[in-house]
Amino acid sequence: MGKFQLITKGLVKENPTFVLLLGMCPTLATTTSAINGMSMGLATMFVLVLSNMAISAVAPVVPDKVRIPAYIVIIATFVTVLQFLMQAYTPAIYETLGLFIPLIVVNCIVLGRAEAFANKNSVVDSACDGLGIGLGFTVSLTILGTVREILGSGSVFGWKFISGDGILAFVLAPGAFLVLAYLIVLFRKITAKK
Amino acid sequence: MAIQSSFKNMTLCLFSVCLICSALLAVVYAVTAEPIEAAAQAKTNNSIAAVVPSFDGTPEKAEIEVGGKKYNYYAVSKDGHPVGYAIESSAVGFSGPVVIMVGITAEGVIYNTSVLSQSETPGLGAKCVEPDFADQFKNLDPAVKVLKVEKDGGDIEAITASTITSRAYCAAVETAMNVYRSIVAKPDAAAVPEAAPAAETAPASADEDSNQ
Repeated sequence: MGKFQLITKGLVKENPTFVLLLGMCPTLATTTSAINGMSMGLATMFVLVLSNMAISAVAPVVPDKVRIPAYIVIIATFVTVLQFLMQAYTPAIYETLGLFIPLIVVNCIVLGRAEAFANKNSVVDSACDGLGIGLGFTVSLTILGTVREILGSGSVFGWKFISGDGILAFVLAPGAFLVLAYLIVLFRKITAKK
Repeated sequence: MAIQSSFKNMTLCLFSVCLICSALLAVVYAVTAEPIEAAAQAKTNNSIAAVVPSFDGTPEKAEIEVGGKKYNYYAVSKDGHPVGYAIESSAVGFSGPVVIMVGITAEGVIYNTSVLSQSETPGLGAKCVEPDFADQFKNLDPAVKVLKVEKDGGDIEAITASTITSRAYCAAVETAMNVYRSIVAKPDAAAVPEAAPAAETAPASADEDSNQ
């Protein structure tokens, strides 16, 4: 598979949100607005690319029986690095995403890519894979966040186009499930035609 | 693919992974410690500046114990005269603590309030940060108005469908007022107090009870 395909497969064929249905917890919880969804996606992509690269580099010298703890330590390290960086330079976004940043450690997407791809492929390929899946996650979360923000708050990326409230349910948890379900249907419909 | 899973290999591998990871974290921590501190400081300073009248110099941080609980407050002054206090206070809302900064002028009038952190329901309780609700506390004189929601016989109009949050906000402001009374009851208000004398705080809280 070429490098380009490695990146694009994460967007459509193996889209983590709409096809693999992985990482549902941050997907449902952080997409109350477009900017939150996008920040969460980018944060996950940052960890995904770095952890994929590090894991594919160390995989040959990690004994099989302790690979999971070793991978988790590596992932947790990058998440903590990200946490420090966000606290220092983007404190506002860090506060909004709050608990969900440390929870990237146990995000199935990150460990999933480590197990399914990074530990059997080269560092460069793993970086491309991480970038692809990360982009897929970011785009999906941004779309989900945008739809919920339009319906729930009547705004896009914080820019309000109606005064007053939107349909509040879409900002709350039930709206997350509803919008996700309809987006999956739409996604399946579009990809089935190809 | 991987090397043999012998006890020695496993121990060595995990040991080195942890060692390298902690070294990396130590470096990143050292680099970001200062900006993180600065960001937190800037946030506190901004929230202080938002709730008290204009002042000069840097606000002094101090601690006071009222009713067995410690509160942080910042005394600000202009041209050597104290102009007010910014008091950090909190109360339990609908889904966690609502932490607010309450600015009280030297005359005992609430100048303004601002929310430091809250995790209330978006679209409902989270509206407590919006001016529609929060501005009710602007220039509010606790001697004239009752710091309670209208449902409880007070003068604060609650957020629709979010009485619990509104009550928490009022309670937090009320707590800040009590802290303020303890601060001014001291002979040297600006000094860092060791412990608030119980006798001085008791009458203040007794007054509150009779209001209820």
